[in-house]
Amino acid sequence: MVAFGALDLRIPSDVSQIEPVVAEIVRRCKAQAFDHRQLALNLPVALTEALSNAILRGNREDAAKWVLVRVSLTEAEVIVEVEDEGAGFDLDACTRDPSLPENIEREEGRGLFLMRALMDRVENYRGEGTGTGAGEGAGEGAGAGTSAGSGEGNVVRLTLRTKGHAA
Amino acid sequence: MSLHVSRQGDILIVDIEGQLIVSNRQELKQRVLDEAEGGARKIVVDFQRTGYIDSAGLGVLVSLAKRLRELGGDIRLANLNDDLQTLFELTKLDTLFQIADSRERALESF
Repeated sequence: MVAFGALDLRIPSDVSQIEPVVAEIVRRCKAQAFDHRQLALNLPVALTEALSNAILRGNREDAAKWVLVRVSLTEAEVIVEVEDEGAGFDLDACTRDPSLPENIEREEGRGLFLMRALMDRVENYRGEGTGTGAGEGAGEGAGAGTSAGSGEGNVVRLTLRTKGHAA
Repeated sequence: MSLHVSRQGDILIVDIEGQLIVSNRQELKQRVLDEAEGGARKIVVDFQRTGYIDSAGLGVLVSLAKRLRELGGDIRLANLNDDLQTLFELTKLDTLFQIADSRERALESF
C-alpha cells in the first residue's frame, strides 16, 4: 500500500474550526479514487460529526482543551483519527437508531448513527492525549462515559475506502 | 452558510447556501423562529445551493417543523440533491418532511 499523504492538525475546541478542517481533508482526498458521493456526503458529514462530538461532548467547548486530527491517505483508503480530551464513550451503547419510530422526531442523536452509516469503519479507543492535560466528557448519549480524565484522550477513528478497494 | 429569505404570497422561502452544520444551525433556527413569531406559518426551505448537512442541521429542521406544526403551519423542503436525499432516507426524515423536487412544487404543496 502506498502512502500518499498525511496531515496532523491540532485545533481549538471551537465549532467554527470544523468546516475548514473538513474542507482541507476532502480536498486532499480528491487526489484518490473516491467517488462523488464519498467526497460530497460520506466524508464531510462523518468528519463533521466526529469533530463536533470531540469539541462539544469530549472537550465541552473548553478553550483550554484541544482536538487532534490525524489523517492518513493511501490509494486504498483514508483514515482520520479525531482525538479529544474527554473521558471516552461506548460507541455501541451511545449509537441510537434515528429511524425507529420513537426517535424520528428527536432533535438530537443522529451523529454517531450517521458516522457509522457513512464510513466503512468507525472505532473508538483511548489515545495518548492531546498534550494539554485531560478533562471529562462523554460521547453522544449522556451518562455513557466510561472513565474519568487520566491524561489520555479519546480517539474516534474513521476509515473510508476508495471505490476500487471497497470491502 | 448564508441564508437568503424571500416571500411569495404568505409563504416564506429560505435558501440555504453552503453547509448547514453545527457551527451555523442556530442562525437558521433563530431566523425562522423570528419569522414564525412575526406570523409566518408556511415555510419552504430550498436546498438548491446547499452542500452537506450534519446531524445538528437535521435536528434544527426537525425542531422547526415541530414548532411550525404546533402553530398550525408547516415547513416543506425543496431541491434536495441525491446525496442529501440519501441523508434524509438514512435517518427516515423523509417520512417526517414533505419533500418536493422543485421550489415551485413545494410552493404548490401548501
